[in-house]
Amino acid sequence: MSGANDPYDPKEVAALSAENLDAAVQKAREAFAGAADLEALAAVKPGHLGDRSPVLLARREIGALPPKAKAEAGKRVNEAQSAIKTAFDERYAVLQVERDERVLREETVDVTLPWDRFPRGARHPITTLAERIGDVFVAMGYEIAEGPELETEWFNFDALNFGKDHPARSMQDTFYIAPNDSSLVLRTHTSPVQARTLLERDLPVYVVCPGRTFRTDELDATHTPVFHQVEGLAVDKGLTMGHLKGTLDAFARAMFGEDSKTRLRPSFFPFTEPSAEVDVWFPEKKGGAGWVEWGGCGMVNPNVLRACGVDPDVYSGFAFGMGLERTLQFRNGLPDMRDMVEGDVRFTQPFGTEA
Amino acid sequence: MRIPVSWLVEHLGFDEVPTPDELAEAFTRIGIEVEEVSPLGPVTGPIVAGRVVAIEELTEFKKPIRYCQVEVGPEQVNNIICGATNFVEGDSVVVALPGAVLPGDFTISERKTYGRVSQGMICAADELGIGDDHSGILVLPTGTAQPGDDAMELLGLNDSVIEVAPTPDRGYAFSVRGLAREIACALDVPFGDPGVVEIPEPEGEAWPVHIEDRTGCSRFVARRVTGVDPTAPTPWWMRRRLMLAGMRSISLPVDVTNYVMLELGQPLHAFDASALSGALTVRRAVAGEKLTTLDDAVRALDPDDIVIADDSGVISLAGVMGGASTEVRDNSSDILLEAANWDPASIARTVRRHKLPSEAAKRFERTVDPALAPVALERAAKLLNHYAEGQIKPGRTDVGVPALPEPVSMPIDLPDRVAGVRYARGVTARRLGQIGCQVSVTTSDDGQTIVTAVPPTWRADLVQPADLVEEVLRLEGYDTIPSVLPPAPAGRGLTEQQRRRRTVWRTLAEDGFVEVKPFPFIDPSVFDAFGLAEDDIRRNTVGVLNPLEADKNVLATTLLPGLLETLQRNLSRGAKDLALYNIAQVTLPRAQQVPVPALGVDRRPTEAEVASMLAALPQQPLHVAGVLAGHRELPGWWGKGRIAGWADAVEAARRVGQAYGVTLRVVASDLLPWHPGRCAELRVGDWPVGHAGELHPKVIEALGLPKRTVAFELDLDALPLDDHRPAPMVSAYPPVLLDVALVVDAGVPVQSVSEVLGASAGDLLEDIRLFDVYTGEQVGEGKKSLAYSLRFRAPDRTLTVEEATNARDAAVAAAGERLGAALRA
Repeated sequence: MSGANDPYDPKEVAALSAENLDAAVQKAREAFAGAADLEALAAVKPGHLGDRSPVLLARREIGALPPKAKAEAGKRVNEAQSAIKTAFDERYAVLQVERDERVLREETVDVTLPWDRFPRGARHPITTLAERIGDVFVAMGYEIAEGPELETEWFNFDALNFGKDHPARSMQDTFYIAPNDSSLVLRTHTSPVQARTLLERDLPVYVVCPGRTFRTDELDATHTPVFHQVEGLAVDKGLTMGHLKGTLDAFARAMFGEDSKTRLRPSFFPFTEPSAEVDVWFPEKKGGAGWVEWGGCGMVNPNVLRACGVDPDVYSGFAFGMGLERTLQFRNGLPDMRDMVEGDVRFTQPFGTEA
Repeated sequence: MRIPVSWLVEHLGFDEVPTPDELAEAFTRIGIEVEEVSPLGPVTGPIVAGRVVAIEELTEFKKPIRYCQVEVGPEQVNNIICGATNFVEGDSVVVALPGAVLPGDFTISERKTYGRVSQGMICAADELGIGDDHSGILVLPTGTAQPGDDAMELLGLNDSVIEVAPTPDRGYAFSVRGLAREIACALDVPFGDPGVVEIPEPEGEAWPVHIEDRTGCSRFVARRVTGVDPTAPTPWWMRRRLMLAGMRSISLPVDVTNYVMLELGQPLHAFDASALSGALTVRRAVAGEKLTTLDDAVRALDPDDIVIADDSGVISLAGVMGGASTEVRDNSSDILLEAANWDPASIARTVRRHKLPSEAAKRFERTVDPALAPVALERAAKLLNHYAEGQIKPGRTDVGVPALPEPVSMPIDLPDRVAGVRYARGVTARRLGQIGCQVSVTTSDDGQTIVTAVPPTWRADLVQPADLVEEVLRLEGYDTIPSVLPPAPAGRGLTEQQRRRRTVWRTLAEDGFVEVKPFPFIDPSVFDAFGLAEDDIRRNTVGVLNPLEADKNVLATTLLPGLLETLQRNLSRGAKDLALYNIAQVTLPRAQQVPVPALGVDRRPTEAEVASMLAALPQQPLHVAGVLAGHRELPGWWGKGRIAGWADAVEAARRVGQAYGVTLRVVASDLLPWHPGRCAELRVGDWPVGHAGELHPKVIEALGLPKRTVAFELDLDALPLDDHRPAPMVSAYPPVLLDVALVVDAGVPVQSVSEVLGASAGDLLEDIRLFDVYTGEQVGEGKKSLAYSLRFRAPDRTLTVEEATNARDAAVAAAGERLGAALRA
């Protein structure tokens, strides 16, 4: 090779000839094209763009040229080097895309693998139903009242106009609390909350009370000794049975759809007079839309109002009560009430948090 | 009550009798609940009356079989095999001939059976669809029919039975009389009242009677019929009606009393007068007295029971069941009929006390029309006279003065105001008249129109205006009441407590727990399995007097027994990985149990009275509890999964606190049924609110639970409703992150180290997090190394590393001073 001060050597300077440079470019292009991947490309790169590559070696010879020839040779070398660089970059870009695609392809997984690492939780459907009913009435301006499950007979019976030995008392098969004369029972209905509400709150009152209730029924497909009711009570000036009907209809529509409605049949409860059984029109009833027994209701008996210090000549009120298990049973078409009380997770899990 | 339609309509003036379904609908509309409408039959084909000519007993079979010759028409005798034995030659029976089809699509044909050819079947009542008596074949009273007579008409098979369940306030509706009146009101048809008849003037007493207890018995009426033919059969029409009503025919005198009770609603009792000794006395029983009742049971009487006694002692449990010594037997001919009005409450107590529900008691409990006794006796006496040639003695005993319903007045538009309806003029007065009230209309001093109704004797339930209102509304029809939503008041929404409870409920479900709702009844022996000390507060339970399961006779003081039982049920059904929770009230007796005060209902109780009543109730706080067994994180293609441990229980408890807006502190504790070394007490400040951790191995063994079952329980009501109102300031300056490892004695709780570090690192500390716990050779025996990462940040500038380091060093120094912590070398 020639140094700057070496004597002119035409043979060596031949490296700067157009033919040789073109050949170097051609070789480089072939080498790059022949590189199958980025690693191969990197391996051949020094031979064509490195310090000892033909074009770089040729560039060193420029100094030895006569000044006249320098410019032309320099231009030729630059063009050759630029062409090789371009060829490299183009090949690099192509291989990079190929590599990226391959990596992503190789990282592919089966996204249908099961992902059930954390067992599902669920609320009991009675809880969800009670909450939903509460929301329906809160939206109507009601508040949610509460009361204890173990209750005095005064709240569960006396204040609700159940005479001491009236058959209605034994109608509701009661769990009695020891000792014999304790005057305490497990509440047979949520109605004692009526009396509690009237004693605790200022008039007017509009409340609902979902809660757990107890009767000595043996557990079977349609009965459970521990069940849930929702109680409604409104006491205000000028309330009529028409208002009761309107409220029940609104409740039915909220629970069972716009086509639902209620029907009242005369009945008897000591704490309401007049009293009625409530049937609800259930559009999705098994075997076709129809009436389903839903609960009891009526105008609050003046005796109840008096026992709670409310003047029945000024105020009137209505009350209603429905069984939640029963509501759930016909709404969801559940054949056996025992499933609701046994706590088998296979029953509850499908309900999730909100069903 | 079951009632044949043919009997019901007997007293009604229909131009055209409605169908049974129409009658049922009418009952339903006015508030008489209909349980069932059962058409009789269907029976088709040849059913005839027959006369048993000859009986041949076939003895070669396991049970008695009779081969009978039965005359089933003029000159026609069929051979019929029969398995019943309650008939003799000459008896009149009902025969289904070949070709007949009985209820249940049972076709009768000539067939070979028991080695003979049987040409038809001798029918029992239930086989014909009349009642459910299958004690033998139906034997008709002599003379009822001739062989070959069409039995369809005789049996009245073109009839239906309606079963109704009147509400307990309507005692009058437990009779044909009362139900027919209801139909008359519902359908506006004329009604002939069988309860209103001429009563002949008596000549003297039927029997001497003294009422000692006027509260127990307001009226006692007696009538005597002598010379009754004890062999006289009950006429077929009466037997048929009794059978259809669900009662068995016993003997004419007994059948007559039952028939009159069904027809009029007045229970009667028939004494064999020859068995009575001396005057009758109505009184309460004396302690120690005994009575053998009709069912041959010896009953120890209670001083609250009302009884009838003669010189021999107690002879009847009044209104509930007669005594055996004076009952009418198959040779009785001298009969004393009794009809009385007994105190409903006393009867109800006696029925409950002796567990003796009866048709009579059912009516007395619901109040019997006080005007009815002499009418019912007259009817019964006449039937005995007519069908058994009894002579009605001219005397009648009638003692006592029954209370009659008081007049009730109300503004005439009250029904309109209660219903929210404008009824047509005159509706209120007309409807009240229709149910039997004497109605008068007056104008009050202030110009209001007042209607006054004197209720009929059978309507003791009409005592206040609301009762009259209901009568008007139900007869006008509840379907005429409009549907109007009342104007809503402004509600305040859920209370703070209600909202937070809901969040707890939801949080546990979202965390993978499944909510279950076990009953609150528990077996107190579970506390032995829990290993609780004799004086453990949780053993202090409230008992249930009449539990459904005898051993589960107390109310839960903790939710764990119910949850663990539910856990076991799931495990026994094949589940393995379970996280269950329950939110429910528990019942905790008060330290000082005070009696419930006796309060009336005629006025509002005073604040003090209410307070003393509430103080008599056990405390019933809302608890939340959960149990975990098996995997908390399931194994799968991703790896091994993770078995639930004590920390999951503690975490769940703390999550409940967070959901409620409270940070729960954890302190090591030792409370059964938890493992003494793996039990955390959860506290709000220094106030304990519950426990969490792994259950004691002994408890797990005793209850057969999976190893390492964990549980938590918190008193939700003990959590304060903290006013949680955060106002975080978020600094945008960069943090300085520093790690520190401290070596402490193994017994030092991590929480105290964390608390000291957190409290001593100054305001610049933004977050502190334990990321590793190490025990082993490198730190020495009895020691552990705790590695924390600390994040420092200033609110107003970029913090220098030096500032952060100083803060950290201060914290480490405090930990060294207070807990003996040393920087790990």
